[in-house]
Amino acid sequence: MQTYTWNGDYPLYRVLDENGVVCGQLPSLSDDKIIEMYRWMIITRYFDQRAVNLQRQGRTGTYAPFSGQEAAQIGSFALIEKDDWLFTSYRDLAGLMYYGFPMHQSLFFSMGHPFGGHVPEDMNVLPYQIIIGAQTLHAVGTAWASKLKGENRVSVTYFGDGATSQGDFHEALNFASVYKAPTIFFCQNNQWAISVPLHRQMATPTIAQKALAYGMEGIRVDGNDLFAVYNAMKRAVDRGRAGEGPTLIEAVTYRLGSHTTADDPTRYRDADELMEWKDKRDPIIRLRKFLENKGIWNESLQKDAEQQAKVLVDEAIAAAESFPKPNPADVFDYVYSTATPDLVEQKTKFLQHGGRER
Amino acid sequence: MAVISYIEAVTQALREEMLSDQKVFILGEDVGVRGGVFRATAGLYEEFGADRVIDAPLAESAIAGVAIGAAAYGMRPVAEMQFADFIMTAVNQIVNEAAKMRYRSNGDWNCPVVIRAPYGGGVHGALYHSQSIEAMFCHVPGLKVVAPSTPYDVKGMLKSAIHDNDPVLFLEHKRCYRLIKGEVPESDYTVPIGKADIKRDGSDLTVFSYGLMFHYVMQAAEKLALEGVQTQVVDLRTLYPLDRETIIAAAKSTGKVLIVHEDNKEGGLGSEVSAVIAEECLFDLDAPIQRLCGPDVPAMPYSPPMEKFFMLNPDKIYQAMKELAEF
Repeated sequence: MQTYTWNGDYPLYRVLDENGVVCGQLPSLSDDKIIEMYRWMIITRYFDQRAVNLQRQGRTGTYAPFSGQEAAQIGSFALIEKDDWLFTSYRDLAGLMYYGFPMHQSLFFSMGHPFGGHVPEDMNVLPYQIIIGAQTLHAVGTAWASKLKGENRVSVTYFGDGATSQGDFHEALNFASVYKAPTIFFCQNNQWAISVPLHRQMATPTIAQKALAYGMEGIRVDGNDLFAVYNAMKRAVDRGRAGEGPTLIEAVTYRLGSHTTADDPTRYRDADELMEWKDKRDPIIRLRKFLENKGIWNESLQKDAEQQAKVLVDEAIAAAESFPKPNPADVFDYVYSTATPDLVEQKTKFLQHGGRER
Repeated sequence: MAVISYIEAVTQALREEMLSDQKVFILGEDVGVRGGVFRATAGLYEEFGADRVIDAPLAESAIAGVAIGAAAYGMRPVAEMQFADFIMTAVNQIVNEAAKMRYRSNGDWNCPVVIRAPYGGGVHGALYHSQSIEAMFCHVPGLKVVAPSTPYDVKGMLKSAIHDNDPVLFLEHKRCYRLIKGEVPESDYTVPIGKADIKRDGSDLTVFSYGLMFHYVMQAAEKLALEGVQTQVVDLRTLYPLDRETIIAAAKSTGKVLIVHEDNKEGGLGSEVSAVIAEECLFDLDAPIQRLCGPDVPAMPYSPPMEKFFMLNPDKIYQAMKELAEF
């Protein structure tokens, strides 16, 4: 009997090592573009810290921080065109804001303002997903529709390591590969699904290797290496546009913060592990070292970038907090394209009786 | 007018909509080359090709989820669940995703998908090919649930469902597929979603029903008419949201109400219909509201005598109607 077990020796693709030294092929990006991406990493990191503080101050509700994952998000969102389709999770605001999703609206999710679900006209961004993994199938649907219409738009779906345990994830990979739907499955493996570590989530040492079972290309990339993420995403997007089908990308990264502001990771996570990622593998520190080595960044520019971040985030918070409050009775709207007679009647009664039907 | 079967009405509606709108496509298990296990999509693969009649991998959640994505893109997907019993693995996509797409995006996105599913028993289909699943979905704002009973309504309502800008769960009673035949006009027409239909006038009692049971009720009503009792029969057709106006008016007109469905009794459609009547016109009634339903056991047994015992039939319904008329 011949049996075979994959040993999980899946290569980790890198362009910058942990000291910001080039160890692979740099993408062809201008210095200005790299600095723009770096500035956005600073802006979004600052946003994340402020958003957590706003919750602590009681100014917003639950928030899911993304600190530590900025390179994975910004490096990949950089390749997504406005015509493409995006299906994210709730921890992808760094990428979304870099992509153009308004910063003040990003705060609405935690503030419970319904306008947070409103997507700017020029973006094919679906409301971010709460039910883990369900969005992966929607991306296959838009990808397939794009292929059917002969357009070369790609669909990108973002999710975490926990989502790979969901049936929808596997159904999506399978459907996309069978129909060669131009889908990019971008997994940010941040090592933890709330309190469950990767080795309790799956017996496989990598997520990228799951692509093999579906006959598609898998890439395992250092998710804290902006250039490696960019190159990996470029390959996946180019393949999708060229009709070569879907790709699964595993970006190996780390959630520096809590699952959400309702969670306390010190209850289940080793402090040494956190310090290892925080001190030695932070994506922002790594890129800063590269920029400084290259002579295109210095302390003064850093100060300027941090000040710019503060201004942008302060403006966004002010805009969000001064935004008109929602009208409670709007809860009846947007159930159907045309409100049913019963809903119209219920709304009228709720208005008459101050929030009750009778 | 041509006389066609219930299943032919499904096929005709699909074909005509695919001809008139390039955005309409079908996906499901065995819907392509095989034409569906019931042959509801027969000939469509040959006519429209593999790109518009997609033999999906065997995964109901994927069928619903991919349809939702395609709908966001602007397509008009018609997804088939091979048997309604199999829809359970797609419940999250239907209930959490399709039904809430418009709501959670403040109307920015909608989800014009149709999910067709053959339901019901009496076909010796056993536990997992006989279930009535409608009540589980009739508690989901954002979703519409329809269950027509005649070829005319099937064709007209399937077209309406495909035109609809919201998700529609389209339930087809599988026993009706080849049993029920009826007149359907040659010309294009639609039947609105959200409207019940009074299919038989009568002044002595009112019976609400849908699907296969509607036909049994009609047979029982004819038999009762021979005894001088005139039954008003309301075909609910749309199960969610219910046509409260028609239900209330019909209940008031006779003052005696019986609700008949094949699905289990507790928490079934009959519960909601009777609650509407009790809330809105209790004092117009001359008898307690009655329900005649399937027993509160999981579903249709495979054993023929047990299946027969479980299922309602025109005689059982006739007895219940007669007792109510004499109340």
